[in-house]
Amino acid sequence: MILLEWILFLFLFLGLVFLMGKYMSSVYLGEDTFFTVIGKPLENLIYKTSGINPAEEMNWKQYGLNLVIFNLLGCLVVFLLQVIQGYLPLNPIHAANVHWDLALNTAISFMTNTNWQSYSGESTLTWLVQMLGLTVQNFLSAATGMAAMVAMLRGFTRKETDKIGNFWVDLTRGTVYILIPLSILFSVFLISQGVLQTFHPYQHFYTMENQSQVLPTGPVASQVAIKQLGSNGGGFFGVNSAHPFENPNGLTNIFEMAAILFLPLALVLSFGYMVGNIKQGLAFLISMLVILLLGTGIVWWAEMLGNPLLIKYGIAHGVSMEGVESRFGVLISSFWGLLTTATSNGSVNSMHDSLMPITTLVYMFNMGVGEVVFGGVGVGIIGMLYYALLVMFLAGLMIGRTPEFLGKKLGPREMYLSVIALLVPPILMLIFAAIALMIPSTVGCMNNSSAHGLSELLYAFLSGAGNNGSAFAGLNTNTLYYNFSLGITMFISRFVTILPALAIGGSLAEKKSIPESSATFPTTGILFIAMLIAVVIIMGSLTFFPVFTMGPLLDHLFMIHGKVY
Amino acid sequence: MKSDKSLILFNTKMLKEAIRDSVIKLNPLTLWRNPVMLIVEVGAVITTIYSLIELKSGTGHYFSLQVSLWLWFTVLFANFAEALAEIRGKGRAQSLRETQTELTANRQKPDGKYETVSSIQLRKGDTILVKEGEIISGDGDILSGTALVDESAITGESAPVIRESGGDRTSVTGGTRILSGEILVKVTSNPGDTFLDQMIKMVESASRQKTPNEVALEILLIGLTILFLVVIITLPVFAGYMSVKTTITVLISLLVCLMPTTIGGLLPAIGIAGMDRLIQHNVIALSGRAVEAAGDVNVVLLDKTGTITLGNRMADELILAEGISRDTLVESALLSSLPDETPEGRSIVTLCKTEKGIKGKDIRTPRDAAFIAFTPQTRMSGVRIGSRVIMKGSYDAIEEMILASQNRMPDDIHAKADEVARQGDTPLVVADNERVLGIIRLKDIVKQGIKGRLKQLREMGIKSVMITGDNPLTAASIAAEAGLDDFIAQAKPETKLSLIRKYQENGNLVAMIGDGTNDAPALAQADVAVAMNAGTQAAREAANMIDLDSNPTKLLDIVETGKQILITRGALTTFSISNDVAKYFAIIPALFAAQYPELNILNIMHLTNPASAVLSAVIFNALIIPLLIPIALQGVRMKSASASAILKTNLLIYGFGGLLLPFLGIKIIDIFLKLAGLV
Repeated sequence: MILLEWILFLFLFLGLVFLMGKYMSSVYLGEDTFFTVIGKPLENLIYKTSGINPAEEMNWKQYGLNLVIFNLLGCLVVFLLQVIQGYLPLNPIHAANVHWDLALNTAISFMTNTNWQSYSGESTLTWLVQMLGLTVQNFLSAATGMAAMVAMLRGFTRKETDKIGNFWVDLTRGTVYILIPLSILFSVFLISQGVLQTFHPYQHFYTMENQSQVLPTGPVASQVAIKQLGSNGGGFFGVNSAHPFENPNGLTNIFEMAAILFLPLALVLSFGYMVGNIKQGLAFLISMLVILLLGTGIVWWAEMLGNPLLIKYGIAHGVSMEGVESRFGVLISSFWGLLTTATSNGSVNSMHDSLMPITTLVYMFNMGVGEVVFGGVGVGIIGMLYYALLVMFLAGLMIGRTPEFLGKKLGPREMYLSVIALLVPPILMLIFAAIALMIPSTVGCMNNSSAHGLSELLYAFLSGAGNNGSAFAGLNTNTLYYNFSLGITMFISRFVTILPALAIGGSLAEKKSIPESSATFPTTGILFIAMLIAVVIIMGSLTFFPVFTMGPLLDHLFMIHGKVY
Repeated sequence: MKSDKSLILFNTKMLKEAIRDSVIKLNPLTLWRNPVMLIVEVGAVITTIYSLIELKSGTGHYFSLQVSLWLWFTVLFANFAEALAEIRGKGRAQSLRETQTELTANRQKPDGKYETVSSIQLRKGDTILVKEGEIISGDGDILSGTALVDESAITGESAPVIRESGGDRTSVTGGTRILSGEILVKVTSNPGDTFLDQMIKMVESASRQKTPNEVALEILLIGLTILFLVVIITLPVFAGYMSVKTTITVLISLLVCLMPTTIGGLLPAIGIAGMDRLIQHNVIALSGRAVEAAGDVNVVLLDKTGTITLGNRMADELILAEGISRDTLVESALLSSLPDETPEGRSIVTLCKTEKGIKGKDIRTPRDAAFIAFTPQTRMSGVRIGSRVIMKGSYDAIEEMILASQNRMPDDIHAKADEVARQGDTPLVVADNERVLGIIRLKDIVKQGIKGRLKQLREMGIKSVMITGDNPLTAASIAAEAGLDDFIAQAKPETKLSLIRKYQENGNLVAMIGDGTNDAPALAQADVAVAMNAGTQAAREAANMIDLDSNPTKLLDIVETGKQILITRGALTTFSISNDVAKYFAIIPALFAAQYPELNILNIMHLTNPASAVLSAVIFNALIIPLLIPIALQGVRMKSASASAILKTNLLIYGFGGLLLPFLGIKIIDIFLKLAGLV
């Protein structure tokens, strides 16, 4: 019976994903949808009040410039809000102004859709900052990612033009037609399940052991909804979705997982609809699903394998429950971890530090390859397209034709941009992680030594470089070096993903479209899917083989040999 | 598609030169063109210095020295591949050029007199006089005169060809010899720019222009190199945190093994060898870009005459008019054609002889017969024997003649002529004085083998389009017989240009072969434009390739060569990257297992010891370069098949094979090193 329910749920979910995919494609193509009645007046109002001419098209440089300036302004607002939060209202705990390095790190983190949190929301930030700064950025950074994707796709659908759309239009449509309505629906559901949405002050009470405790409160549901839907992941509270006020029960847990996946999955299909080749969208979807399922297999194997030391102490099967909410259990919690690292979401419902080392290896791998298994909203497809261009480059050469993808020839420019986008984040990550190890005070921030300590460090930088935002826990990152280096990593990684995508879109839009012939390598078949998966896995493996060997792999080997440190 | 020449990979002389060149190429100033190899060289220098210091301090155990040695070999092997490709290509070009070096020319002075100058002094615009037996000293156009030219030095074709002023056969190539006749030639290129020099440039690494595909691939290779550089530079920090000491030698070994040295080392050789293979087909490409574009072509425009059909129509059948006996028609047709020296006329004679059963016998024209030649105005030809006039010609022409003499065309002849035309053939009506005897069916004969080649094209996804001035019926019948995808009938010279534009607008890449001045605009527009060497100078200047054999089906070889260059690059890149997996499995356990024996599970090859593991990987990495030289020079074998089928094969061999082979190779080298006591 339970299996049947799951299957039913899955089908319902996939059905909604397809509908959503089609709907979003219509929204970005400017077609009428059922929501146009409400959306259109709102959209026009925004254009009118902000003086945007929605008919004006931009080339990739203008598009990119508008995008960057808009993001930087958003970053500045969040930064300023934090450093003066003590003087502003809605500050129930009389929180002080945030120190500049943490404020900058947090501002970059939310602008870049990373939502890395070197702070605990309930003890560091005011409600005003959370609502006006963070939640607003949650919407805008998600809409920015989707806009970048849409602009890139126009490169495939247009020919002999340098225009790839209007950033303000794409941004507005993504927010008005997609993110806001969905978030409202989802937060109402969350509130119905017990997620807080209140300005009621923090509650003091005494526990049964007569300990004094404070229960933090606040407008939680509105932030949780968008954090899951928009691949943001920044929790209202420090422990994120492990907190009962963010994720109260089994139902919200499943729905939040579904929300993590919903838009990233649907956008893969939107991509297919928008380039007029839904089969291509499905081919990507299948590639991603295969990688996710491979990861799930490994993770569940590792979690069920358990820890031999625990068996020695008489714990059944040695399954480690440390850091895992007993409400959810290891299987669902570790699956959540997979989703959150695959999609660049970054919200957690368990402490990854406590999961099996091999589990964390898979998580780190997901982030290391750039979160292309569905990925962050918009940027996931962008990332996968970089890999696809690489695949098509090799495949094109191997069939003896100048490489092409979706009817567009790929030249040195596309290769150059893809290589930069794919390689800069891991390079940054390795360099900053290495530097961290050369600073004695920074090494001291690790809770553990040896292989496990290394995992903590690697995880943090992978999370930053992948714009993921989930934390391993166990590493105190609120120091000048971490705030600064992670801030830079997040910042560069975000724009080095988005800007080359726009440039590729611009470059492809200028090209002619080549008709498909029998000499064209079909990019919707098994061969393409297999190559795409292989290239993602091989690229990731080659980059991280040495560090993953010393970190999570060695950690795992220590564990099964019963070694402690 | 391979000629015998390509089977010899190299001879001793080439080998010696290549070895010398590979040492010369160690010069970092020349090696910078190949950044991957430059980094290997820098690595080799560092490990060499390091091993010397080790030796001096007495701590060395020859490990670093051995690694350094193999790193030097890696660079040398790559240089060798490039040098060998260059030498082969240059050798072929040089043998053609030798005829050119010691030439003198009779240059016309402004006053009209001639002076003898060295051919190297000739400049564009000079006029030279070439006499019987002399060698033409530069490319040019004939201003006046006719000559029989032996072009075998360039084309390898022994039959001499006629070159004359005016028309489509005015151009001559430097290095060819005049067998008879005398011509005044206007030199059209500076000797340094002649085709042969162009050809030599294409096979010289330093002056070769990289193609966009090559540049894109290099970007990927450099990107991977930078990534691995960062992986290796940060590695000692991570290792240090884990209390593992790393030596420079091992780090550089790992770096060199991970970097795409295999493809990086062979990349220049592949490009040069591709040009060389094109020269083997007697095609000179004026840019590498054009050759690679040939691999992308999806539409090929072919002239009917000379490409798809033999140049001329052949008599195929005699059709009688009502009430005429077969003998009468045969005899008249034979008489009218005996003095006719055109191929069509001769084919009629052959057909008539067959009909009469006297094939092979020599029948002479009656002594009093006078030949009436074909002119575009009369559109008929025939003989006059006394008062008897036998004519053959187009239906309209004969009808006009008959009506003019107040006679009537037989009733059935019009229908019969129509029927022949409807079947795509040409009817020739035969009339003896005022009496119409019947019709000779002239048929276009499709060249042998063309159908097969067009089928190959289709399998490669290339559409073939025939262009002909014929009427649609004729065109359709030939197109069906030869298996063309499409045809354009009643084409005018400008049709080609507009057709190419139309295809290009839809995103197609178009290839065409042309020879006449008429073709020049279309050639200039086409993506791949092959001019026949026998063509006019205008055509040759508009083209980006010259076919020395003037053989229109050469286009197919060019397409194959273009594809082969790309396939070879792609296959070896895939191979090179797949190799890395095994190298990690060799070197990572070697790095860490001493400190952490748990990591020995990664030593799946069970290599003897860390030193042996590192050395084996480095040796494998070096040796794979010379082992792949034959593939780089001769190209990956290819067959015409669907894109997916080709990809599947190449992925299996070079991707999957590239994953597994190094496991085997490194293990074998490890065993060998152990047996030889080198580690």
